[in-house]
Amino acid sequence: MAEKTFTVPIGPIHTALKEIESFILTVDGERVVNVELDLGYSHRGLEYIVTHRCNPIQAIYIAERICGICSTSHPYAYVQSMEHAAGITPPERAEIIRAIIGELERIHSHILWAGVAAHEIGFDTLLHWTWKIRENVLDVLEAITGNRVNYAMFTIGGVRRDIDEKGSRQIRSSLQFYREVFDTFVATFIEDTTVKMRTRDVGILTREEAEKQVAVGPTARGSGVPKDVRHDKPYSAYADLDIYPIIPDEFTHEETKGDVYDRIVVRIFEVLQSVHILEDLCDLLESTPGPITYQQNLVVVLNQLKRAVGEGIGRHEAPRGEVFHYSMLNKREQPVVWKVRAPTYNNYASWIPMMKGTQIADIPIVIASIDPCLSCADRMTVVDERTGKSRVMTLQEMREMGWRKTKEIKRRVA
Amino acid sequence: MRKKRAGMGEAPYKKDNETFTYDGKKVTAYPAEKLFDMIKEDFGEDVEGEVKTFTAGVKKKKEYKEIWLKVKRERFHELVEWMSKIQVPHLAVASGRDAGEEIELIYHFSLFYGIRDSEVSLCVKVSLPKEDPVIDTITDILPGALITEREKQEMLGVKVKNIPDPRRVFTSDELPEGYYPWRNDNDPEVEKELVRDLSKEGL
Repeated sequence: MAEKTFTVPIGPIHTALKEIESFILTVDGERVVNVELDLGYSHRGLEYIVTHRCNPIQAIYIAERICGICSTSHPYAYVQSMEHAAGITPPERAEIIRAIIGELERIHSHILWAGVAAHEIGFDTLLHWTWKIRENVLDVLEAITGNRVNYAMFTIGGVRRDIDEKGSRQIRSSLQFYREVFDTFVATFIEDTTVKMRTRDVGILTREEAEKQVAVGPTARGSGVPKDVRHDKPYSAYADLDIYPIIPDEFTHEETKGDVYDRIVVRIFEVLQSVHILEDLCDLLESTPGPITYQQNLVVVLNQLKRAVGEGIGRHEAPRGEVFHYSMLNKREQPVVWKVRAPTYNNYASWIPMMKGTQIADIPIVIASIDPCLSCADRMTVVDERTGKSRVMTLQEMREMGWRKTKEIKRRVA
Repeated sequence: MRKKRAGMGEAPYKKDNETFTYDGKKVTAYPAEKLFDMIKEDFGEDVEGEVKTFTAGVKKKKEYKEIWLKVKRERFHELVEWMSKIQVPHLAVASGRDAGEEIELIYHFSLFYGIRDSEVSLCVKVSLPKEDPVIDTITDILPGALITEREKQEMLGVKVKNIPDPRRVFTSDELPEGYYPWRNDNDPEVEKELVRDLSKEGL
């Protein structure tokens, strides 16, 4: 084996992903035999900063900047953990607005991911089309929160801005738009023969592996684990809705395999699910008047938090899976402990079983298939173990390998 | 291929995962209080804790529960094994803090995921004395726990016994040995070298 295998480091800088990370692949010809992960290139020490310098309100804005795409998920889990620690109950209307922002974000995040996935397998037209339809929900988010990302809507004990009648009208018209384009969405992704041939049986994660590797979100659901915090342990306004986890076999009418195709199916249909959830949430919002925060005066809130002793956990089903926060308060200006667990932290480990046995040309789509929230590398070095020679393979080259494979499949289909 | 209201209402697929085996008998998901009593019964004096209840929902109120446990470290591994007999437990993460004389780790598990409104969070606390901060690995039961265990080693200076891969994950290789970012008893001189307040430096 040693005579035939190569070591292929991908990373730490790689534009396929949004953040920095390194993979060291051992390949035998085109096939990957072993994978090693090298993480931590973008560790920013935010937990240290918050527990040493920030008060609990300032920490919301730090939490918001953990991730640029799911920028509401971290504040969602964070404020829950703080409210549990300090014994604060947010008003009902705030709970609905929180869930609305969470679902709008899921729509834009999943559509963004669909575009990235299309690009990785060489369908750039689809990339541009999906990102075009994504603009609609971003416009709604901008109209109701003031920002396309980093909405700054959350605060401990409520939300900062109300959604008025005009806002809910805008949301409803956006939902109408997504209901109309959804057929095309399904036709171009799920029913397309080339996409299916390119992603079926690629990067398989079995159900057993997914449970043992503690995978979360669409990565787990794509393998048939019906895990969704909104269904298992409903929080906020989600308790009013009957949500069930999207499992691919319901839509593909085939056995769930846990491959890239199944993960695509989960994400595409979660867009439709979010549309349905938002319809119900808009109805709820219109019939629930009331305050949006338990205490308008932030000084009072801060004083209460400064005196509080307690600990709490917050969980939110983000687009990529469960976000988990643990906070502890102990009569101090800053929180004593703050632990942040982003979904990709748990999904890292799932890459290893997924990548083993795949081809190098499939690596970009397998990496993208868990929708990783980290930056990525622009080059990879191929080291020949026999001669000791190494050469740098750019991501572009690797992507082109992937595109060639798609073209070949297209030719075969035609 | 399309459904009218996908993801809403009753799940259309077979719920084969709603029964669990306990003591050779098939059972459904337990309420948190019963699970807590069962743990109490099997572990006796070695565990203590409480069940916390929270309410969610607007028009339809629903309760959800969390079990907060403190377990002796000798029996921690056994407790995880006990849980894994019911269902493969989900480990969200292990958090930890420097509690003066001890290091307190909290493993955030959950059981009964996949069943509507039934998931129970189990936050399991383990205290380790600072002079001997050793804990058993749980990667033999949950291989996915590896990253969080590695993180606890580098951030808090905990020693995880039998860990398959003891390298650092998030901190850089330049960080001096013996410096643990989440501890409160670090050498202030070393800390001064490592921590820079950029706003004070005018950056």
